[in-house]
Amino acid sequence: MERYYQPEIECASQEQIRAWQSERLVKQVQNVWENVPMYRKRMEEKGLTPADIQSVDDLRKLPFIDKDDLRDQYPYGLLARPLKDCVRIQSTSGTTGRRVVAFYTQHDLDLWEDCCARAIVAAGGTNEDVCHVCYGYGLFTGGPGLNGGSHKVGCLTLPMSSGNTERQIQFMTDLGSTILCCTPSYAAYLAESILERGVRDQIKLKAGIFGAEAWTEEMRHDIEEKLGIKAYDIYGLTEISGPGVSFECSEQTGMHVNEDHFIAEIINPKTGEVLPEGEKGELVFTSITKEAFPLIRYRTRDICVLSRKKCSCGRTHVKMSKPLGRSDDMLIVKGVNVFPSQIETVLMNQGYAANYQIIVDRVNNSDTIEVQVEMTPEMFSDSLGAVAKKEKELVSGLKAMLGIYANVKLVNPKSIARSEGKAVRVVDKRNLYK
Amino acid sequence: MTVKQISVFLENKPNKLAEFTACLSGQGIDLRAISVAEASDFGIVRIIVDDVYNAVTVLRDANYICSVTEVLAVEIRDEAGALARIIGVLGENGINVEYMYAITTGKKNMAYMIIRVNDNAKAHDAFEKHGIRTVCHSELLK
Repeated sequence: MERYYQPEIECASQEQIRAWQSERLVKQVQNVWENVPMYRKRMEEKGLTPADIQSVDDLRKLPFIDKDDLRDQYPYGLLARPLKDCVRIQSTSGTTGRRVVAFYTQHDLDLWEDCCARAIVAAGGTNEDVCHVCYGYGLFTGGPGLNGGSHKVGCLTLPMSSGNTERQIQFMTDLGSTILCCTPSYAAYLAESILERGVRDQIKLKAGIFGAEAWTEEMRHDIEEKLGIKAYDIYGLTEISGPGVSFECSEQTGMHVNEDHFIAEIINPKTGEVLPEGEKGELVFTSITKEAFPLIRYRTRDICVLSRKKCSCGRTHVKMSKPLGRSDDMLIVKGVNVFPSQIETVLMNQGYAANYQIIVDRVNNSDTIEVQVEMTPEMFSDSLGAVAKKEKELVSGLKAMLGIYANVKLVNPKSIARSEGKAVRVVDKRNLYK
Repeated sequence: MTVKQISVFLENKPNKLAEFTACLSGQGIDLRAISVAEASDFGIVRIIVDDVYNAVTVLRDANYICSVTEVLAVEIRDEAGALARIIGVLGENGINVEYMYAITTGKKNMAYMIIRVNDNAKAHDAFEKHGIRTVCHSELLK
């Protein structure tokens, strides 16, 4: 028997959802017109006023915004409320130069936590459950989002945060955790560790809610089998709110977008044209209930498909596929956003040539990243120690820029494969998007 | 008096050293001495050849990264205590040895130690004072 956190919303008719969206969009556009100079300027450039937006059908008239806009407006440029009304900030897992800060009023936090609560209930959560949250807490939205959702459902919440696997398993067995929330790669690692310690029969997990990075169906089956649970996907991004923008139901064939809060569109990433349902393209979100940090037609760069096919779970909100790729060159490694341009910057700063290759792989369900750099005469010296020291400096430089450890490998000049005269910068061996 | 050594960057993986030696042999380059030092994923190969300029040209054409370093070649007799004496002189004078390796000569009971130190001039003077002979590139090749 399917259960819902907010059945009257989650199972509302398509007409009702559209009516909510139209009403909220009109209000939101009026709001940003009045309170966010950038939106007003962009609308004026297109000859638009709020009067041109009468329903959700008019959404496509509005200009897009993207991550560069967020960066340009950092930190307060996109705030639609006075700071005194804001109670929280969260920030992207991203890194130097690309950090994005999102603001929340108490109302925003409530709605975000509702979205997470819907995901937990869809995964079978009730107030009888022990919800074990080992997403990172802090600026990262994973921990705070699921933590809040878990409270709303009434679960006993374990705010474990990430790391310290020994303690995770101890609490899991001692306190009988039933729902696990973390990244899929950490779930796979925990599963391995639980099997290694021979304590599988002492854990009571029944479900997992795994997100913040791409994962395959194979990985899902692996985790489900090892832990004896159902593994559900959850999607979100800090810019829009955090986890819970969409979530999987019992059917496990895509994630229901919380359409009463977020309008999803699929566009052609080259032309910006809105594509019909079922076509693959870039996912664009408009947050229609956000007070502090509303985004209108925000380009996620995730390539997805939307589907309005009737879902056996009874929910009526549109379903999005797992992201099938990116329309930019961003990589997500260990849950952290990595742009090749950041790696290039470090190489340039340290005097290396621009001939490099990034090899991303997944070893024992954990991401690895290796940067291969072609040696140059300037960087070379007769002393092994001096070359090894430069290599170490590069490792530290990358760690500072990316926030994660990247292995560095110095290779012979001209040894990095070039296709049609252009170097292949990224080799992702994980096959996450097949 | 010093000799010219060529240091070459090589990746530490199968066949790289084979490719390198094949490259030299293909151009008829005779090795007088070779030493291989390894870090985790790369290594430095140090060689001594007759015609340094030719060898460097060949290597650069083949896309190898290399550099030329002045190192000391010290005559050493094949007898107990000979090496200890040479190294002892460097130690007494506060000269640090970064690496060294040996090569044979055409002369009976005689070899050369190739030594890389932090101060060639100071080492040279110290050796001279103790009657230890260093040789130049052309003598090494005799």
